[in-house]
This record gives sequence, structure tokens and C-alpha cells, in this order.
Amino acid sequence: MSDTNRLIDSAMSPEDRPGRKPPFINVAPSPHISDSRAGTRRMMVDVILGLSPAIVVSLYLFRFYALKQLIVCVAACLAAEYLFVRMRGKSFTLKDCSAMVTGVILGLSMPGSAPWFVGALASVVGIGIGKIVFGGVGMNIFNPAMVGRAFVMIAFAQLMGAGAYENVTGLVDAVSGATPLSALKFNGVQTGISPLFMGVTNGSVGEVSAIACILGGLYLIYRKTASWQIPASILITVALIAGITDVAGGYQGLFLLHHLFAGALMFGAFFIATDPVTSPLTAKGKVIFGVGTGCLIMVIRLFSGYPEGVMFAVLIMNAMTPLINSWTIPKPMGQKEA
Amino acid sequence: MGLLKLKGFPGTGSFPHGVHPPDNKALSANMAVEVMETPGTVTLPLLQHLGVPSKQIVKSGETVSYGQMVGKGEAFVSASLHAPIAGKVKRNAMVTLPNGRRLEAITIQADGEQIPPERIWEEVTFTQWPKDGFSDHAPMDIVNKIQESGIVGLGGAAFPTHVKVMPNDTRVIDTFVVNGCECEPYLTCDYRLMVEAPDVIVAGALLAARAVSAREIVICVEDNKPEAIKRLQDAARQTVVQVAVVKTKYPQGSEKQLVQAVVGLDIPLGGLPADVGVAVSNVQTIATVARSIVKDVPLTHRVITVSGRGICNPKNIFVPIGVSLAEVVDFCGGLTPNAARIISGGPMMGFAFSDLSAPVTKGTSGLTILTHDDVRKANETNCVRCGRCVDACPMNLVPTKLALAARYKNPEVADRYHIRACVECGSCSYVCPAKLNLVQLIREGKVQLNAWERR
Repeated sequence: MSDTNRLIDSAMSPEDRPGRKPPFINVAPSPHISDSRAGTRRMMVDVILGLSPAIVVSLYLFRFYALKQLIVCVAACLAAEYLFVRMRGKSFTLKDCSAMVTGVILGLSMPGSAPWFVGALASVVGIGIGKIVFGGVGMNIFNPAMVGRAFVMIAFAQLMGAGAYENVTGLVDAVSGATPLSALKFNGVQTGISPLFMGVTNGSVGEVSAIACILGGLYLIYRKTASWQIPASILITVALIAGITDVAGGYQGLFLLHHLFAGALMFGAFFIATDPVTSPLTAKGKVIFGVGTGCLIMVIRLFSGYPEGVMFAVLIMNAMTPLINSWTIPKPMGQKEA
Repeated sequence: MGLLKLKGFPGTGSFPHGVHPPDNKALSANMAVEVMETPGTVTLPLLQHLGVPSKQIVKSGETVSYGQMVGKGEAFVSASLHAPIAGKVKRNAMVTLPNGRRLEAITIQADGEQIPPERIWEEVTFTQWPKDGFSDHAPMDIVNKIQESGIVGLGGAAFPTHVKVMPNDTRVIDTFVVNGCECEPYLTCDYRLMVEAPDVIVAGALLAARAVSAREIVICVEDNKPEAIKRLQDAARQTVVQVAVVKTKYPQGSEKQLVQAVVGLDIPLGGLPADVGVAVSNVQTIATVARSIVKDVPLTHRVITVSGRGICNPKNIFVPIGVSLAEVVDFCGGLTPNAARIISGGPMMGFAFSDLSAPVTKGTSGLTILTHDDVRKANETNCVRCGRCVDACPMNLVPTKLALAARYKNPEVADRYHIRACVECGSCSYVCPAKLNLVQLIREGKVQLNAWERR
């Protein structure tokens, strides 16, 4: 018995001493306590909880089509994570639920009509090339779900493009037409604001209801899993640009509200752009990121061939994140003005 | 933040960022200070403070009396040592302190008549401490007396107090801040002192402020200690001493954060409170200052807290400096079977150690003994760049960048992100959802940066 153990033994209370081993004492650097409520897994579970209103709306509106996309994407994401992590010979990271989050987000951003292999391929590309090759959770530069979606968007332009949202057989009338954004862009048809807000329109399965995204997003902000700066700055930027266009075109506010509530804007602002891994660290950086994303969304919506731009806007700003981080190194307390 | 104002003070009463760890002070907050009997031996390491070690001035075999100087702080930034008991000097021992330092120590074996430690404690809790008539104490006399008494900061850093209160023509001190925040979880020794001996604190504050000719004297207490606030306010009535109630948040007791909260000024990086005209001292240090000047006794005893779920009877104890920590643990009923970590200090910044033969030093604010359920589990995952450490850092740094720069041995990046500004308070590690020990990586990064610059 070492001197230390003898000392610890003698330090034990007499009634504990007979028959008991000395307590097992360990040492480690400070701090010796941590916030037990915080954890990577807890954050991911939060995201899934935050997405639940959007999931419910999608299941209600698109029924089997939404269920199919969700199951395909989640299953494929988990399988891809398992496969790629195994290939790298790393310990499994399925437990942290991050692959599940990618799967749910991907599933919700699919058109209901897309065949199963589109979602599966998007998942494999998103997890494999978007995340694991960079080193797994926390190391990726681009949002994995958006990498996967961008890949299939280009590879299967027909199945993923505006056409995919029309003529989904067996759906309720309201959702069998063109998506509100493509209707506006290509045919000049304006969808009413109230259906857009509540979500009874056509679109990717999870993004149609603005109110569901806002509710879930507010939960994430309340839990501090998502920052408030990113969604706020995206929405304000989009509102500003759409507002100017609105005034210039004399749409009497309809154009503005349409751009705010249609398409993937709410879903993207609250759930995609706020991905902590691929967005800046500081509050100032997050505002820059949000303003940049908002501007790009409107540029793509107004001037490009695509009706919707959230995905590409987020991907482009993801690439800017390291640069934004190095622009916004905060000044430590007490540092003199340079 | 900027909109709020602390009543009567230029600061806001708080600071940006920070964390709220469970304080667990209820374990020992209502335990009145108990006096420990005179131990058989005391061990006095020659370096218990920041600065140059003291020089031993007694020989082995010599008889010393209570309060006699046994080690002299010869350099300016050094402190003297005094015998806390009467006895015989034995052969010097080598001791390893909880912070890992291995030092030579004077050992004194109790011998002859001892002053009962209860008498010393009664002197501290005495309610009739003088609060005026200090004008016959010249500032330099106060400083010399503090230096002679070997007083150092008792909050933990153990910086020699006479250096702080040395009058300086180029740096005028306007405000003397007495730090009673005690923001570390579990620790309650300062709280008990404020509740049980507010008068000695007020007297000491007046004396210390007189040394630096400070016009304003503020005792700062966190708003989770209403009893201490009330007692101090009563004791400070009819004096110029003010009591400032600051928000409860970790690390409010950190010098820089406290000065910002109360005085509203930022201490420059690498600077001292004196650079913004402020001197900061812990309540227990200030109480010792009052005793040394009014009663002419050196620093020989202090109040420590022994707390945590790993100790049978959490207590606040008045102990002689130099008593072994094993005796302190025994005094509190011993460790519980599920004790897992013994920490000198609090759980946020304290040092974990295993050698209970180490003595209580001047800077020992207490022992925190955690169980297996309390200690952080080191199940690290990748940083997900969530930025919670950025929101927690009271120094407004980016801890994750600093830590990863250290992990990948990149001192250049660490320097660009101001690694040297880190005060190692532990807030970032506390909140990290990936359970990375950011503070430890940052400590490594500082070493790397020093080595890189010396290249």
C-alpha cells in the first residue's frame, strides 16, 4: 500500500473502514464539473424535436409520400454513416444522432414525388462526401444535407426540378399544382398568403408550412441549440430586398409576404442555415452569414433560372464561413483599440 | 448590459458572458465556523505565495513561539512566514502541494504552552473593531506592517498584499474594492467570515484603503448572499465603506470581471487593477490586515471550507496554516466511500490531488471533495462549433479556436486569437457539449506559444 493510499485510508471515517476498500481517488485538470444538461446528442435531439411540427404537417399533407421520403433518407443516412465510418476505421458515431438529423432534414427537403433512389443517393453523398471525408461530425465545411440535395438536384434535374412538384398523383387538390414560387416565377400566378403561412400548398414535403417552421425554430432558439442571429438576419434581409422590389413593382405587400412565406425560406433560415458546424462562431459573424445568405437567396430567386435559392445560398455561405470567422475575431476584454 | 446600472456605482453590476454552475453552497453555508484544535505538527512550505520564496531564519532544534517569524520574505515580491503554534523546529521536510509544486518546508512540532485557537477566533469575530481614528496610522506604516505580517491574497492567488497597497505616485488608486463574491461553487469560507465577522472586514477595508489613499471603498458581494450583505451593511454604517451587490454569475469574483461590474472599467490585457486606479483584495485578506495592524498579529490562521458530497460532514473551519490536509479531512468525519476527487479550492479552478499529507497553505481556500457522479466525464467528441464557449467566455475570446490551435500545435493561430488573454476560469469547458477540456488545451497552447516565441 502506498503512502498516499494509507493516508486516504486513514482519512476515511471509522465506520466505513472495516471491510471497505479505500475510495478510488482520481485526478484531472480543472474544471472538475461540467454542465450535464449540455451534450452533442442533446443538441441533435433538440433539432429533431424542433423539426417535429414540420414533420407532422408534411405527414398530414403528403401522407405516404412524406413518410416514404423520411424513411428512405433517414435509413440511408444511418447506413451511410455506418459504412463510411467503418471504412475510415473510426469508432461509430451513430449514437450522437447527427446522421439522423441529416436524414430528417434531407427527407423534408425532397419533393414528395421523387423516387426512392434519389433520396437514398442524396443521403449517401451528403453523409459520405459532405461529412465523413472531412472527418465526421464537426469537421465538415458544407451542410451535409444540402450537399446531398445539391447533388441530386443537378444529377436528376427532371425528378428534382420544378416539374417534380406537379401532378403528384393522389394528392389533395391544393397540393397537386405547381409550387407557389415557380407558379409566380414562370406563370405569374400568386398564391394566397394564408395558405402559404399555414402550409396547404405544394412544395418539398417539410417546407410548405411557415408556421410549423417558425414554431420549431423558436423552440431551437429557446433551447439555444440554434442562434437567433442567423434566422433573424436572413429573414430581415429577405424582407428588405423583397420589400424594395414590392414597392418598386407596386405589389401592395403581396410580393413581400409571398417571398417570406413561400418556398424553403423559413425551413432554411431556422433549420439549415443554423447548423452550428457550418456557420460562424461569433454573434457578429452569424449576422454577416445571415445577411449574406439572405442576399443570395433573393438574387437566385429574382435573377436565376431556379425559382428557389435557399440551398445554394446556404452552400455558398458555408464556404465563406472560415473567412467570416477570421474577420470577426472578437476583441478580448481590456484590449486597447488598435 | 449597458443599459443597466448598479445603484451608486459606475458599473453595471455584472459582466458580459459567464456561466451559472450549480453553486452547491447549501452544503456548508449554514455551518458556523468551527475552530480546529492545535495540531501536533505544522508544515510551512517556503513558497506559499506568488514571487520569491521566503528565506528560512530559524534552525532545526530551535524553539519558536506563536507568531514568531520563521521565514523572511527578503525580495519585494515575497512574503514572510510565521509560526502558527509554539514549538520546536524539526528537520526540513519536502512536501508536494496540490498544485504540483515540490518544495522545502519548515516543520514545527507543538511544544510548550499554546494559545487556545478559540481565543484567536474570538478576536476575529469581536464586534467592537475600531472604525475610525486611523489617522495616526501613516500609510507607509500600514504597508510595512502588512509586509511584516506576511499577508498575501487569501482568495487563492496568494499575491503578496503589500505590493498591491504600496503607494505609488504615478498610479493613483481611487477605489479600493474588497472582493466578497466567492463565485466558486461549494466554497463558503468568505461567506461565513462576512456573516460572523463583518466588523473586522470593515475595519480592515478602511486601513487598507488608507494605505493607498483610496477615496472610495466598496465591498462587493454576490446577490445570492443576502445575509452577508445585511451584516456588512450594518457593520459599515456611519463609515465611508459601501456595500455593492453584484449579480451572481461565475466568474464574478475574478478581478477583471469584478472591476468591470463595479467600477465600469476594463483592466488592460496584461495589466493590473492599479492601471485603472483600482486595488482589489479578498475579504479574508482584508480581515487579516485589520488584525495585523490593530492587534499586531501576523497571518497564521485562516478559514477554509471543506465541502462536497464526498466528505462526511461539510464544514467551515478556522485552521492554523501548515496543518496537514489529512487532519482537516479527519476533522470533517473523513471521506465517504464514493468520494472520487479531492480538490484544493473550488471545482472550477481548483487543483485535484491525491497526497493528503500536503499542508494547508496561505492560498488554500478550501477542499472540495466530489463523488463519481459529480465529476465531469471525459467522453470527448468532436467540436461541433456550436459557439457556446464563445458565449460563455468572460474575456470575450473564442475558446474552441484557441484549444484546437493548441491541439494542432499552431501557436501562430493561437496568438492571433489572443490566447494570452485567457484567465483559465473554466467557463468554456463547463459548457462544452462535446465535453472537450478547452481550458487544459489552452494551457498547453500558452506553453507552445512561449516556446515558439523563444525559438
